[in-house]
Amino acid sequence: MNPIVDVKNLERTFGDRKALDGLTFHVEQGEVFGLLGPNGAGKTTTVRLLNGILPPSAGSVRIFDLDPATQGESVRRKTGVLTETPALYERLSARENLEFFGTLHEIPQTEINSRVNEMLDFFGLTLRATDKVETYSKGMKQRLALARALVHKPPLLFLDEPTSGLDPEAAQQVDDLIANLGRTDEQTVILATHNLLEAQRLCDRVAIMNKGKILALGSLHELSQKLWPATWVDIEFHSSPKIDLTETLKSQRGVIQVTTEARSKALSVQVENEAIIPAIVQHLVECGESILRVNPRDYTLEDIYFALQAGEA
Amino acid sequence: MNWRSIWAIARKDWKEVRQNKAAWGPAIAMPLIFAIVLPTLFSSVPRFIPAEDLQRELGDIEFLMKNLPPAMRMIFDGLKLEQMFVLYMTAFLLAPLFLIMPLMFSSVVGADSFVGERERKTMEALLYTPTSDVELFLGKVLAAVIPAIALSWLTYLVYIITVNVTSFWLFNRVWFPLSTWWPMMFWLTPAFALLGISATVMISSRVKTFMEAYQLSASLVVLVLALIVGQVTGVMVLGVGTVMLIGTLIWIVDAILIYLSVRNFKRSTLIAKL
Repeated sequence: MNPIVDVKNLERTFGDRKALDGLTFHVEQGEVFGLLGPNGAGKTTTVRLLNGILPPSAGSVRIFDLDPATQGESVRRKTGVLTETPALYERLSARENLEFFGTLHEIPQTEINSRVNEMLDFFGLTLRATDKVETYSKGMKQRLALARALVHKPPLLFLDEPTSGLDPEAAQQVDDLIANLGRTDEQTVILATHNLLEAQRLCDRVAIMNKGKILALGSLHELSQKLWPATWVDIEFHSSPKIDLTETLKSQRGVIQVTTEARSKALSVQVENEAIIPAIVQHLVECGESILRVNPRDYTLEDIYFALQAGEA
Repeated sequence: MNWRSIWAIARKDWKEVRQNKAAWGPAIAMPLIFAIVLPTLFSSVPRFIPAEDLQRELGDIEFLMKNLPPAMRMIFDGLKLEQMFVLYMTAFLLAPLFLIMPLMFSSVVGADSFVGERERKTMEALLYTPTSDVELFLGKVLAAVIPAIALSWLTYLVYIITVNVTSFWLFNRVWFPLSTWWPMMFWLTPAFALLGISATVMISSRVKTFMEAYQLSASLVVLVLALIVGQVTGVMVLGVGTVMLIGTLIWIVDAILIYLSVRNFKRSTLIAKL
């Protein structure tokens, strides 16, 4: 099956400045894909190009097998975009906003009312549906903006900094809604953000960007494997080992180093890759040790991100 | 062309503009003054000013009437002094003032719709809809032109009623509007409404705020002032032929401005200005 989004060597220049420089990635159906990077990395420009708002300077983009540069209207029928600022009509009510965008997204007149009610209900805005948006809190505006992006049930959703400027509680609420969308509706989501925790929580795969280039691409696991193939494993025993395990472990294939403290019930082993861990565990059992817990250390997206950005610098 | 989307944009813009009271204050006050206050005032003058003073005033009018085309001069034949005064003031002198309305209305809505939308940062979400650039443009133009023409026509209607009612004591019949007013209402007024919006669209690409756009487009009133001066001095009296000619010229200017605006109204250009 073709990917929903297929981007090859995408470039975009503004005057002398290269905003996007050779972007290549694809997104599969049902995936939550993250575009990560600092301000000015090119995330918003990518969203604009993928929706046919801006033409590319070079390279190709296919969205649902359509070219956004020449078939922008058809592409935008299948996409919903949550812009960085809510961009709502503040003098109108939530209902009027949703009805307006529902009409522009060509929802049949007979269905608009029920679809708008459904969205208002889902995003907890029914009680304030007829109030002007200018009276809403930031969190409510963001929920309404999300409802607007979803009112026509687009199979591909773009979220540009969805929790930017929200307090932690409102941000958590929005994140929960997004997590729900990706998992329950087979909806494909492209999340442009500089919020690493949010990306780690929501994304299946990420593209880490800087200065218009993709520095790395993959799932958290793939990225950490690429950056740090050698993995640390923390092993905890029921009781302190009867013998010093350091030397016997070091003699095992693939073990780089072992650290432990005297009379400790735990030790840490650095191995060349994760595949070696079962053999290490088996060796310890054969040595007569009773193992309570084996915990390979995970790298966070933050570790990966800063390592990559530092490398780029 | 998706007309459902076009009308939705027009209705939304109109709904938004209706709530921008700062812009609407002057735009609403003007028709009230033009359609009710001024005709009532002029129709009442002969009640309070002695005929000899009016004669002195009409000395100027007689001079101006010499410049009228023969067909129009005939309108004054056989009229009493007081009737000539009221007819000249209400049917000739005030006529060009009514062209300010379509111009102002469409400029106010246009400025709010094109520049205000950008200023309030709501344009981006609109650009992400499947609506085409032309549909977006048309929706916004209709939001300005239709209410401008409708409100102008409503003002004309109120003016026609006011003039006939307040001057009935002098004429004892319904005498207004004169033939010149029909092409002015149905040919020149729509042309001026379109001129207001098309000029505002051109201006809107060069300014940042609603007020800047509003003030700049208001400078188009100079055109109407020129017509008023022409009328008062008798250089260019608004007869049927003149009105049709001016209307045709304005329609041509409209067509050129609209063509240029549509050509420049592109998502990629609009997004760059956000």
